[in-house]
Amino acid sequence: MAVRVGTVSVVLRPRPLIVTALASVAAVGLALWSMTVGELPLSPGEVAAAFTGDADAAVTYIVVDVRLPRLVLAVLAGAAFGLAGAVLQSVTGNPLASPDLLGVAAGAGAAAVTCIVLGFDGSAASLSLFALAGGLLTAATVFGLAWRGGMRGTRMLLVGIGLGAVGNAVTSLLIASAGYEDAARATTWLIGDLSGRGWGDVHRVGWALLVAGPPTLLVGRSLRSLRLGDAVAAALGVRITRARVALLLLAVVLTACATAGAGPIAFVGLLAPLIAARASATAETPLVASAATGALLVLVSDLVARSGPLGLELPVGAVTAVLGAVALLLILHRANTA
Amino acid sequence: MAVVLLAGTVLASLLLGTKSADLGSTWRALVAPDGGELASVVHGLRVPRTVLGVVAGAALAVAGAQFQALTRNALADPGLLGVSAGAALAIVAGTALLGALTPPVAAAAALVGALATSTVVFTLATRGRHGGNPATLIITGVAVTTLLASLTTVIALSDQASLDSYRFWLVGALAGRELSLLWSALPLVVFGALVAGGTARRLDALVLGDDVARALGTRVARTRAAVTCSAAALTAAAVALAGPVTFVGLVAPHVARALVGPNYTRVLPTCLVLGPVLVLAADVAGRLVIAPSEVQTGVVMALLGAPVLVAVVRRRALL
Repeated sequence: MAVRVGTVSVVLRPRPLIVTALASVAAVGLALWSMTVGELPLSPGEVAAAFTGDADAAVTYIVVDVRLPRLVLAVLAGAAFGLAGAVLQSVTGNPLASPDLLGVAAGAGAAAVTCIVLGFDGSAASLSLFALAGGLLTAATVFGLAWRGGMRGTRMLLVGIGLGAVGNAVTSLLIASAGYEDAARATTWLIGDLSGRGWGDVHRVGWALLVAGPPTLLVGRSLRSLRLGDAVAAALGVRITRARVALLLLAVVLTACATAGAGPIAFVGLLAPLIAARASATAETPLVASAATGALLVLVSDLVARSGPLGLELPVGAVTAVLGAVALLLILHRANTA
Repeated sequence: MAVVLLAGTVLASLLLGTKSADLGSTWRALVAPDGGELASVVHGLRVPRTVLGVVAGAALAVAGAQFQALTRNALADPGLLGVSAGAALAIVAGTALLGALTPPVAAAAALVGALATSTVVFTLATRGRHGGNPATLIITGVAVTTLLASLTTVIALSDQASLDSYRFWLVGALAGRELSLLWSALPLVVFGALVAGGTARRLDALVLGDDVARALGTRVARTRAAVTCSAAALTAAAVALAGPVTFVGLVAPHVARALVGPNYTRVLPTCLVLGPVLVLAADVAGRLVIAPSEVQTGVVMALLGAPVLVAVVRRRALL
């Protein structure tokens, strides 16, 4: 089904649409339900009352200033990571290319911790800017080092793993050298914990999605042509290099800002696009469906983390890391035995 | 030359730190402790971390060379393959289940973890069409490491009180570890070293491929099993002593090959010397860069080792 608005035409396929719709509905439903669960269980009526201003101050505070930002942040960060992962996987043609394995998330994290340790995180924008600079620098270094008259997916991943290790080491170094308070703040941020995040963090990720999301989808339309090979894509009117560089930049922007807002939530950028592509049964990775799946994934993981298996509150990053690592092993296993 | 380097780093490790001292007074504090501050620093802190660093470094370097031969993969390393993470998880899980572990039990747990992880990683990475692909092995290792490290984090979070002492160690650190740990890890080191020495010659045959090795009269399956056990034991000992330090096992064999050529009968002894040099150098650097506080040895080692990983990847056209 083709939809045409002026000169822009978009091919809509039913199956990715259904996946997007299902993931979105599930995410919204889950989000609404998770407003009621927590240390203080609330009835749906009480939650609604908090929004209309009829509830008492404590309940309003819990719903509007504690649970709502956490939820919105989970959705936005999940969408950003999912979208970034989908773009990276499509552009590189490698199902394992993700912000984590390419080292971009680690680079953004190291830069963000630098910002905290240097004491520049007073203003809302500076943490994002630092993360952005770190992410871009890491991505440029990975591509620069992996480029040898051509790009090979595995070389890129291995270089990314190396640079990711450098990023994590720099982070540890900074935390070790920081004062106690900065170190504590940086550690909480690093562990990918969504508790204790406020509206400032939500704005950080929200703006990134608003600014980088639409252009990503727009340029992303050329991904289908790029899949056919550079010559065909060029013949179809795609400016290959420009499209690739633009998409990679946008993916890095999304990753860095989501990392700045929500901390490094491991492997969502790897997992969401893979699930979305499989559910959609399309050859190319569907961008919007990946974003919706990412949002759902982080929401579910955060719920699991909050509801406390073994009676403890986990950081959401630990849950997604376990899920993502198992998925990664399954992919490798399948690729090997196929 | 390597031995001179080792002597130099041992000396540096004894002399340098937040409270650096000159050679003469350190020597006096070492041989004739007078109960002064320097004597207690040297005996209580610097001698233990130097000795543990030497043993852990040698074990990791030899294990790295063995893993590289076993997998015919220049990128193999106990840390990158997840074997160290497996040993660390076993220790932390053991502590959570049984309460504080005595050093021998911790070493045994580490051995179980290391053996299990190396078996799983090898099986996952060597099956099927892309079985021989070096990148597959490393990415599998990264996935396994992430999985095991996350589980370790979860356990550590659930049992903060008894596991707080592990926080520093989990990044790989020689500071604050006691010399008595050495005795419980020693059986693993001795076993690993003996098997490593006995199988060194057969590693060269293994590198040529299983078929050639068989034709040369090597019992391939038996040799692989022996070398895997030895490498796992050495990794487990190193983790029990110094935590999961990555990249020593990657860097040392590469430097050794550059120095003495590809022959494993010469690479392994060279690793035995180079491993301690690397670990002690990283440890001393960690003490000095942000003195008076310290960076964990594992962190410095990652800063040194990751560029080597990138360089090796770039040099191989195959990857």
